[in-house]
Amino acid sequence: MNSSRVETMNHFPAVEAEEERAMIKNSQPRLTDSLIRRRRFFQKVLFQLFRSAAGINGIVLLVVVFYLVYNGWSAITWTFLTQAPTQMMTKGGIFPCIVGTFLLGVGALTVAFPIGVASAIYINEYAHPGKVLRIIRLGISNLAGVPSVVFGLFGLAFFVIYLKMGVSLLAGALTLGAMSLPVIIGSSEEALKAVPNTYREASLALGATKWQTIWKVVLPSAFPGILTGGILGLSRAAGETAPIMFTAAVFFTPRLPQSVFDEVMALPYHIYVLATAGTEIEATRHLQYGTALVLIFLVLGLNLLAIIWRARLRKKMR
Amino acid sequence: MVISRQLKEKGMRSFFFLIAFASVAILLAITIFLFREGIPIFNLVSVKDFLFGIYWYPTAEPPDFGIFPLIIASVSVTLLSACISIPLGVMTAIYLAEIAGPRTRELAKPIVELLAALPSVVIGFFGMVVVAPILQNTFNIPVGLNLFNASLMLAFMSIPTICSISEDAIYSVPNALREASLALGATHLETILRVVIPAAISGICTAVILGMSRAIGETMVVLMVAGGAAMMPSSIFDPVRPMPGSIAAEMAEAPFRGNHYYALFATGMVLFIFTLVFNLIADHMSHKYRQVGDATL
Amino acid sequence: MKRKNLFLLWALAIVAMFSTTAFAENLVINGSTTVLPITQKVAEAYMKDYPEVNISISGGGSGNGIKAIIDGTTDIAMSSRFIRDSEVKQAVDKGSYPVPFSVAYDCIVPIVHPSNPVDDLSLDQLKDIYTGKTKNWKEVGGEDRPIVVFSRDTSSGTYEVWDEKVLRKERVFPGALLQASSGAVVQGVASNRNGIAYVGIGYLTGTIKAVTVNGVEGTEETTLSGEFPVSRPLFIFTRGWPEGRTVHFINYMLNPEKGQKLVKEVGFVPLF
Repeated sequence: MNSSRVETMNHFPAVEAEEERAMIKNSQPRLTDSLIRRRRFFQKVLFQLFRSAAGINGIVLLVVVFYLVYNGWSAITWTFLTQAPTQMMTKGGIFPCIVGTFLLGVGALTVAFPIGVASAIYINEYAHPGKVLRIIRLGISNLAGVPSVVFGLFGLAFFVIYLKMGVSLLAGALTLGAMSLPVIIGSSEEALKAVPNTYREASLALGATKWQTIWKVVLPSAFPGILTGGILGLSRAAGETAPIMFTAAVFFTPRLPQSVFDEVMALPYHIYVLATAGTEIEATRHLQYGTALVLIFLVLGLNLLAIIWRARLRKKMR
Repeated sequence: MVISRQLKEKGMRSFFFLIAFASVAILLAITIFLFREGIPIFNLVSVKDFLFGIYWYPTAEPPDFGIFPLIIASVSVTLLSACISIPLGVMTAIYLAEIAGPRTRELAKPIVELLAALPSVVIGFFGMVVVAPILQNTFNIPVGLNLFNASLMLAFMSIPTICSISEDAIYSVPNALREASLALGATHLETILRVVIPAAISGICTAVILGMSRAIGETMVVLMVAGGAAMMPSSIFDPVRPMPGSIAAEMAEAPFRGNHYYALFATGMVLFIFTLVFNLIADHMSHKYRQVGDATL
Repeated sequence: MKRKNLFLLWALAIVAMFSTTAFAENLVINGSTTVLPITQKVAEAYMKDYPEVNISISGGGSGNGIKAIIDGTTDIAMSSRFIRDSEVKQAVDKGSYPVPFSVAYDCIVPIVHPSNPVDDLSLDQLKDIYTGKTKNWKEVGGEDRPIVVFSRDTSSGTYEVWDEKVLRKERVFPGALLQASSGAVVQGVASNRNGIAYVGIGYLTGTIKAVTVNGVEGTEETTLSGEFPVSRPLFIFTRGWPEGRTVHFINYMLNPEKGQKLVKEVGFVPLF
C-alpha cells in the first residue's frame, strides 16, 4: 500500500538554514530578534521531535532483528535446516516447516498472481472511471482490511468444510492467496501505471488491438514491477499465521506433504507452537529464536529484494 | 478478419472484467460464510446478550456467550495503541516528507516498509519473551502480559501503515501552497503545521483509520501478549482477551458445529463488521475530501 | 525467453506439488496436543520395530482430532477429554461409531514460582483462588503479594478436569489469564513470582515448583491409587472398532512392556 505512488521529481527542497535566515530578515524586517529566535527555537525542537520519531522506528526494527540474530544464530546449523523435529520438538530441525511455508507461499502465489495481475490490467487498462470501478476498488481496499483471523475462519468454513478439502496445503494456500490478492493488485497496478502512455499510443497507432498492445507492449515493460508485487505477496503469505491456523498448519507432522491434501507444518505457526506449547519451553528457547530468525530472514529478505528491485526500476524509468 | 479481432477484443475485455470482480466476490464469500456459520448461535442467545453479555464461558454448563469483555478488550487495546502509533507514525511521515533530505528519505522509507513486513508472530514472540519480563520488573506489576504490552506491540505493527499512507498524502500536497506560505514569511515549521498538514489532513485521517483497523484485527500479537483474561480491564496493566485472540485460541478445541464453534464465528462476524466499518469510513474520507488541485484549502 | 523459463520452472514446481508417492502402509493420527508426546514417542518406537509402516501424527487439538474421526480423515484421534454427545451424534449420522481407548493417566498438579514459600494448598483454597475469592498469597500462608491466576483456555481438556475436580463446576473468575497451551502456562508462572497455575505432570520442570494438594504429592503412585484428587485419563478414538494395522498399533501402545513404558518416559502415568 505504501508503494502506490510513483516518485515524482518535484520534491520540495529542504530550505537551507542560511537562505532561510536571509528570507526571514528580508521579508519581515520589523520582527524583533527575540521573536525570530523563539520561532527558530520552536522549529528546531519540533523538527528534532519529528526526527526522533523516525529514529524510534528504525531503532525498534534494529533492536528486534539484532536481538533475534544475537540469540538465534547459534541455533542455525545444517541439521537445524535439514532435519525434522524429534524428541517432542526439543531436538532436530525445522525442515518440514521450511518446506511447508515454501509450498504454502508458492501455492498462494499460483492462485493470487494471475488473478491479481488480471485485475490490475482491467483496472488500469480497460476500466473507465465510474460506478463499476468504484465497486471494484472498494472490494479490493476492504479485502485488504479484513483481519487475518477472519481469513482463517473463512478458509475453515469455505475451503476446509464446504469444499471438503480438509485441513490441507490446498486450503491453506487458497486462503493465503485470497489474503495476498490486494497486495499483488496494488503493486501490479503501480507497475502498469508506470508504463508511459506513449508506448500504448505508439502500439495502437501501428494498428495493434488493445489486447495486443497490452500483451506485447505494456506487460513486458511492466513485468519486472509486477514481479516485485508477486514477491511482496509471497512474503506476506509466508509470514502470516492466523489464516493457516485452522486451514493448513498442524502442530507436528514430521513427514513432508505428499499431496496437496496433506497437512503441513509452517514456520510462523511453528514459532507459536514452540513458544507456547511443548513441555520444555525454556530448553527449546534457542530453537524458537532460530526459527524466528529463519522466518525473518525469509520475509525481510524477500521484501528487501523487492524494495531494491523497485528502486532500481524507478531509477531506470527516469 | 476485422470482426474476429473485434470479437476477441470484446472477449478479452469481458474476461478481465470478470476477474477484476474476484476481490468483490471473495469479500462476498467471506461475508456469506461467516454469517452461515455464525448466525446459528443467535438461536441460543439474543444478539443483545451476545454483544453486551459480560461473561464469556463458552464451555461451562450452562454456557455464557457474552463477548462484551472481548469487544472492550479489542477496543481498548486498539485505542491505546493508537495513542502511541498516531503521533509516532504521523511525525515520522512529516519528517520523511518535509524535513529529511532525499538521501535520508531513500534510506528511511525502506526501513518503515520493512517494519511493516515483520511477521506478526515474531513481534508477538518478542513481546512475550523480551518485553513482558521487562515491564513486569520495571513497573512492578503482577503480570507483564497485559493490555499495555499488547498495545505497544500493536503500535509498532500499525505505525508503518499510518506512516506510509500519511507520508503519501503530505508529499502530494502541491508545492505552490508551500511556496505561497513561505513567501508570506512563515517559517518552515509554520508552513508545515498551518498549511501542509491541513491540506493533507484527509489523507492522514485515512491513514490513521486504516492503521487502527489493522490493529483491531491483528491476531498473533494479542494472542501471545495480551494475557487472555476475559474480563473488563480496570487499568492498562490488566490482562485482556481481545476478539481475534479468543478466536485463534479456542477454535482448535471447539467441537465442530457446536454452540462454541458458532459463537466463535459470530465473534469473527463482529470483528469483520468492525474492520469493514473502519475501512468504509477511510474509503469515504479519501474519496470525499480528495485533494483536487490547489483550490481545496 | 527469460519469462518462458521462469514460467516453466513454476509449472514444474506445481507439478512437483501435486505428485504423490506410493506408500507401504499408512497410519494417520490427529488430535490433542496433550496426548501428542505419548503418541509421538510410541510411534517412533513402533516404526523402528515395524519399518514397513509409516505413521504421520499431527496435533491440532482434541476437537480437530474428533472432527477428523467424524469425517473419516484420520485413523486414530487423540483427545484429552471424552467425546461429547453432540460429536457422537454427528459421527453416527455419518455412519460410524467412535470407539474410545484410554491410553494413560494425566495427573494435574498446581504449580507456583520456585521462590514462593507456599508448599501445600487444599482443594478449597485452590477453589477460592480460582474463583477469585482469595486474592493475596498471605491468605493461604504466603507472602503479602497479589495472586496472579493462570488457567488454561476454558475449551481445553485440562481446564475441564480442573473445573470438575477443583472448582466443582463453578466458574474460574474472569480475571484469570487464560492461556492456549500448557507450555504458555508454565512459562507464565516461571517468569512471575505471584503466579499460580496447573499443568499435567509431564510439564513439570525445574523452573517452577509443584504444590501438594491436601498434603498429597502428585506422583504416579498417588494418581494410580486415586489419592491425588486431580487426575484424568487420556484417550484415543477410532472410527468404529479398529482393525488391521490400527488395532495392532493400539495393542502396542497399551502393552505394559512396550507402549506403556514409553508413556512413563514421556512423563505421564501409565495405565498398567
